[in-house]
Amino acid sequence: MALADVDLHIASGEFVSLLGPSGCGKSTVLRLLSGLDTPTSGTIARGLPGDAVPGYVFQDAALMPWASVRRNVELPLLLRSERPAQRRQRVDAALRAVGLADSADAVPRELSGGMRMRASLARALVTAPRLWLLDEPFGALDEITRFALNQTLLSLCQPGGDATPATAVFVTHSVYEAVFLSQRVVVMARPGRVVGEVAVDLPYPRDASLRATPQFAALCARVSDTLQRASVAGASA
Amino acid sequence: MTRPGPWARLGVPALSVAVFLLAWEIAVRALHIPAYLLPSPSLIATTLAANFASLATSWWFTVRITLIALGLAISGGVLIAALFAFSRHAERALAPFAVVLQVTPIVAIAPLIMILTDSPLATVIVCAWLVAFFPILANTLTGLRSVDANLRDLFALQRASRWQTLRHLLVPAALPSFMTGLRIAGGLALIGEVGGEFAAGAAGRDTGLASRILESAFRTEIPKMFAALALVAATGVALYLATGALSRLLLQRWHESERGD
Repeated sequence: MALADVDLHIASGEFVSLLGPSGCGKSTVLRLLSGLDTPTSGTIARGLPGDAVPGYVFQDAALMPWASVRRNVELPLLLRSERPAQRRQRVDAALRAVGLADSADAVPRELSGGMRMRASLARALVTAPRLWLLDEPFGALDEITRFALNQTLLSLCQPGGDATPATAVFVTHSVYEAVFLSQRVVVMARPGRVVGEVAVDLPYPRDASLRATPQFAALCARVSDTLQRASVAGASA
Repeated sequence: MTRPGPWARLGVPALSVAVFLLAWEIAVRALHIPAYLLPSPSLIATTLAANFASLATSWWFTVRITLIALGLAISGGVLIAALFAFSRHAERALAPFAVVLQVTPIVAIAPLIMILTDSPLATVIVCAWLVAFFPILANTLTGLRSVDANLRDLFALQRASRWQTLRHLLVPAALPSFMTGLRIAGGLALIGEVGGEFAAGAAGRDTGLASRILESAFRTEIPKMFAALALVAATGVALYLATGALSRLLLQRWHESERGD
């Protein structure tokens, strides 16, 4: 049993981060939301059309090593039997959006870790998902690459935008990443429970300069504090 | 990342073989070793040329049977690997038989097969098939089992059909392991064929190189025996090179095993 007591409401168009130590069940929440796993007790209600598939981004890029970047990004459309002309157009658009237009014909092993993750984001983007589920996608990347990809992710999901933005649930270990990306940070602790949440009242679009502001620092401190208190309480229990 | 040039890939091994043959030739002549003990390479070559027509017929028999057995091993091995990959129960039920067949020496089973089939040809095919089958099965199964769990999840999320999952995920993912199995099985099929011929002990027109070897040994025609042996070895090398080339062709762009050095 990975989750004990989780009561979570996520509004349509909201960007929420799940933050917590390893083994606190963050990834389990994503797998339940995606439908990959079914809960042993309790319920999950998703306000998505029945056939809508979430855009799922894994911890590693999970690309097919034998296929070019283009073929990898095209995969979800291929599995839905979309017409080749339409596939091509949508794949091109997704590759441009993540900055991989020039690497379309490379195979994964010819790319850096950051570029592989960009391909993985493009593969989720290509289906224009209404729900993004991201399982520590940038955890293995260096900080410079991670900052760049945070920015790219915001440009794809466009939280706080005028149009109806997609909903995003982002799992991470990083306090800074959680605060930078989301409108709300849900803090989890072992064993599988939610111990608090912090609303991030910072306007979009956000860029690198945000990280230098006192508001950003204060929010990070609050999130860290919640995390800290939970782990102390957990240790004494 | 740069591949070694043609000199390093082909020239060096060719040179070392040439040096070995030359040393053999010199040793036989200098030490006056009689041809019935160890014929010189030049005598083997002239014997091969003199008996080419009959040896070529036997060679073609051996090649044909080896390729038939290898083809049957590929189809059988891949099908059963797919069955095992889809059903753990099938694997548990059938794996013991596969293992018993694999670990029992082929020369020990061959006489039994000879009695059961009552046909030298069938015996040879079954022997070659038996030894070639297991590496294909084991390696293909490993390949099918080691598919990236995240990619499996992705296919499940996209509601891919079984056929789509097979076509776009399982087949390409298992290909490197399958090729490893094929490279082993190619050589083993030839070994099985030779072992089968020995066990079947057939003589006459419709027989292969192994029968020529036995026949020459009985008649103490040692140079001819070596000539047949050289053809068996050359066939093995050709199979090894062919399966290696196929593997490189299919995998070189993406798989670490074919990157060169």
